[in-house]
Amino acid sequence: MAHEHKLEIFQGLLKFKSNTQKIWGVLIFLTIVTIIEVALGIVKPEALMAKFLGMKLLNWIFIILTIVKAYYITWDFMHMRDETKALRRMVVWTAIFLILYLIFILLQEGGYVFDVYDNGFIKRDF
Amino acid sequence: MSTAVAEGKTWGGGNQPLKASYGKMMMWFFIVSDALTFSGFLAAYGFSRFKFIDAWPIADEVFTHFPFLHGVDAPMYYVAFMTFVLIMSSVTMVLAVDAGHHMNKAKVTIYMFLTIIGGLIFVGSQAWEWGTFIKGDYGAVQTKGGNILQFGHYVDKDGEQVFKRVAVRDFAVAAAHQDRTQHESRKGIWFVDEGALPAYTMDEVIHGLQANKDVLVRTQIINEEGEKTVLSREESINQIMKNGRLYVEGANLHVNEYGSPLFADFFFFITGFHGFHVFSGVIINIIIFFNVVLGTYERRGSYEMVEKVGLYWHFVDLVWVFVFTFFYLV
Repeated sequence: MAHEHKLEIFQGLLKFKSNTQKIWGVLIFLTIVTIIEVALGIVKPEALMAKFLGMKLLNWIFIILTIVKAYYITWDFMHMRDETKALRRMVVWTAIFLILYLIFILLQEGGYVFDVYDNGFIKRDF
Repeated sequence: MSTAVAEGKTWGGGNQPLKASYGKMMMWFFIVSDALTFSGFLAAYGFSRFKFIDAWPIADEVFTHFPFLHGVDAPMYYVAFMTFVLIMSSVTMVLAVDAGHHMNKAKVTIYMFLTIIGGLIFVGSQAWEWGTFIKGDYGAVQTKGGNILQFGHYVDKDGEQVFKRVAVRDFAVAAAHQDRTQHESRKGIWFVDEGALPAYTMDEVIHGLQANKDVLVRTQIINEEGEKTVLSREESINQIMKNGRLYVEGANLHVNEYGSPLFADFFFFITGFHGFHVFSGVIINIIIFFNVVLGTYERRGSYEMVEKVGLYWHFVDLVWVFVFTFFYLV
């Protein structure tokens, strides 16, 4: 049962000697990211409260860090890194395309409904 | 090779397109569909949040408890701990898969066991989190329109005026005489009853508010500084007298003392659905654990089954990473 594992992460910047070592390395990385998230969530630095593309900069950072975590969980814990390119694309691209589409539609509509309540004649604040 | 033999090899199940076994590939496809289900829920949460973007509850003010630390304001620490537990159990799972590749039965057993323990700690924490959320904290008044009015007062903290929440039970004046008793089916003509009555009537809350001169009302509306708007004393009494309809404590599917009832609905639904996944993951892990102990995979000559449940378990962790971000951080 020879299982080939690709042992480098960060585009080859970090290369591990064994698969077990890589697992611990990824755990350390994920832990650091989670600690950064929680620290930012508690401190809420004033500088990151500026709006960027309709959302607070801090929220963008949270979402990006989440996607980074998701990437390493999928690639290293679920061994997506070792699967064939076709399987990887079938799973990842399908999901990403459909999810982005869904998020766009629902958030757009939610924002519109807010505007109707906010500027329109419908009132619910009583 | 004759065509018949070639055909048998191609279509008889011996072939591995994408170099992944049938079971593993189907697990991946199941995960894709399940990921879309969760995205549907989270996107619906986003829809409702964008719809009430100026009045949504602030998660830091909702989840502030830590087990055994009463009265300590600890926003998010416990969820951070839960996240870490789940990531840790993901690590032991992937170590079990790795040990399986080396056909090391003892190590697979230990790591599977640790994974199950991690899953149980997580589900238990989730139950505690739900319990705290349902029980509530300060209590609030719901208006006719379904908005939430909370109470608090300004205190001096390091020379700065800080708004501090006050629990309704600390200022409401309990009336000596209750003119409203709970209706039960045995008291009525027909077999109908009603739910539990709120702990305080509106009159008791109003009397308490009038008696305590420093208590102010805080609305759901988020102001420029990203904080909930606090009304003046005059406005506070006016709001409660004119619009206050019901005293609410804690959260359920109908009312939510922290703000929009939709927040509670989505919280119960999404974390509940995720908790259900973790629970079934633990059950599946236990089954696989016993199979490992009994030597089923040793005889089969492959620990691929561990790898397949591993995929599911990591997926559950993956979903939690997103739930954590969208419910607690953003």
